[in-house]
Amino acid sequence: MANVSPPPDRAAAEAIRVRGAVRHFGAVRAVDGVDLDVQRGEVFGLIGHNGAGKSTLFKMMLGLIEAGAGEIQVAGHAVNGRHFRVARRRIGYLPENVVLYDNLSGLETLRFFARLKGAASHECPALLDRVGLSAVATRPVRGYSKGMRQRLGFAQALLGAPQVLFLDEPTNGLDPQAIRDFYATLHDLRSRGVTILITSHILAELQERVDRLAIMASGRICALGSVAQLRERLDMPLQFDLTLADGAETSLTPGLSAVPGVSTTAIEGGVLRLHVPRQLKMQVLGVLCAAGPGLRDLRIVEPSLEDLFFGLRHRADMAKDGVPS
Amino acid sequence: MIELRQILTVAGKEFRDRMRNRWVLAVALVFAVIALLIAYFGGAQQGQVGFRSIEFTIASLVSLVIYLIPLIAMLLGFDAIVGERERGSLDLLLSLPITRLELLLGKYLGLAAALTASTLVGFGLVALVLSRHLNWSGLYHFGGFILSSVLLGLAFLSLAVLLSVLARDRTRASGMAIALWFGFVLVFDLLLLGLLVLTGGRYGGEAFPYLLLLNPADVFRLLNVFSLDDIRAMYGLASIVPPALANPWWMGSAMLAWILAPLALATWRFRP
Repeated sequence: MANVSPPPDRAAAEAIRVRGAVRHFGAVRAVDGVDLDVQRGEVFGLIGHNGAGKSTLFKMMLGLIEAGAGEIQVAGHAVNGRHFRVARRRIGYLPENVVLYDNLSGLETLRFFARLKGAASHECPALLDRVGLSAVATRPVRGYSKGMRQRLGFAQALLGAPQVLFLDEPTNGLDPQAIRDFYATLHDLRSRGVTILITSHILAELQERVDRLAIMASGRICALGSVAQLRERLDMPLQFDLTLADGAETSLTPGLSAVPGVSTTAIEGGVLRLHVPRQLKMQVLGVLCAAGPGLRDLRIVEPSLEDLFFGLRHRADMAKDGVPS
Repeated sequence: MIELRQILTVAGKEFRDRMRNRWVLAVALVFAVIALLIAYFGGAQQGQVGFRSIEFTIASLVSLVIYLIPLIAMLLGFDAIVGERERGSLDLLLSLPITRLELLLGKYLGLAAALTASTLVGFGLVALVLSRHLNWSGLYHFGGFILSSVLLGLAFLSLAVLLSVLARDRTRASGMAIALWFGFVLVFDLLLLGLLVLTGGRYGGEAFPYLLLLNPADVFRLLNVFSLDDIRAMYGLASIVPPALANPWWMGSAMLAWILAPLALATWRFRP
């Protein structure tokens, strides 16, 4: 799923278009002039630390919070404009930790939301089947586990075949199999041109599943692109894990110390970890080749999304303190 | 433009919820049992048991209903919006093609239907049991009592929904609801009376009785007590209350204002 660009045939129209979106709460600039385009059929991640503004932006895109300035369109319509009902019929939303109505059964819950959304009520049993809840469709929701409630919430989000799905921490409470099924469903939806905007604190989960993502800080988007693009742009070091034969470390050290910017960390089990500037990768590989049979194994690890996130935050903190990065 | 369908969908869900958890039935039974006890045993203190007159029954019921219905309405409506907010389902509802006004009206109408059904069924049962004692005039007065009880419930429900919009969480909302009930039902009249005694009636003059309109519970009392000549005489109030306050249409309008004003305020506050 981690393509750099959305498929070209779907790239014609933006599913979400944000221009100069601003929202202040008193002196706090929760969202401070955000521009963002999410293309049709794209899986887009929105991440940031608590208070970065992502929840406010997310809610602004859903029309739950009005923008102080700027323009937000979803599926071709302003979410709070004259045609807001058209826009919202094209939206599916799964809030974080949603608690649905205990008195209603799963089927009744879906029928209630289907009526409000103007979706056909005959969709409901099929959707419950899709999320694996058909066996408990007539049981009151009060008897559902957290994972079952989350799946019911997801089924609700899929009512009316939405063009844009907003998912807030969607895998909360799901077991590993359910998470796998959930992402398989997203993959299927994406292939049908559904746009998916997803927020999660589990960055490892997003890393392989989003086409692009935006990292927010202080109400602004501070990084935007695919994970690969962000790696290049942030120029974070690669991690080399070397499994060495006894005594090989001493023969490697002079060569490695001659390469500027390489730092080493010894870790357990005869593994040496190097942090290598991206542009020096080939030079370090050359040194390692010279080590001969002393080098038993080599693993090169790209910085994870989590590394990128913290790297970016570290740079922002340093910039704030006036330290050149 | 308002879509009636959305309002009715929300209202229908709210009403079915209360039917399903037997709230409507339980409250109707409470109303019926209490009203029957009052009708047949209300005169026991004077050594009389059995039905006396509809005027006496209504006068006794007014004293009770004035406490009971506002409390039930408050308990019914205090978490209408704040409960959804706390559950996290409010954002979900508002992301759908429904306006805040439609959601608020739907919530209010569903709860109002449940409260009205309880009141009508509870007191309707009583009217059925008492029907052999009642002539047309008695039935008319009891019908007026039931209608005013419904209006009283709707007015306090409207206040409860307003609190539900204003409160940050359910705990605060429930505290505010109880405080408001206490204020209107117990404190307000005491304050007025205290003010009257303190000033010796020197200030306000003829306008003073109109302060009763500031309390929906008092409007309910005025509607019932002053609509019956026998009761007016019984309370000895005919001479001190201006004629406008004895006019059921004016008082009915005042009650409608008490329903609409808090709802309008709630709508205004329930903005994004």
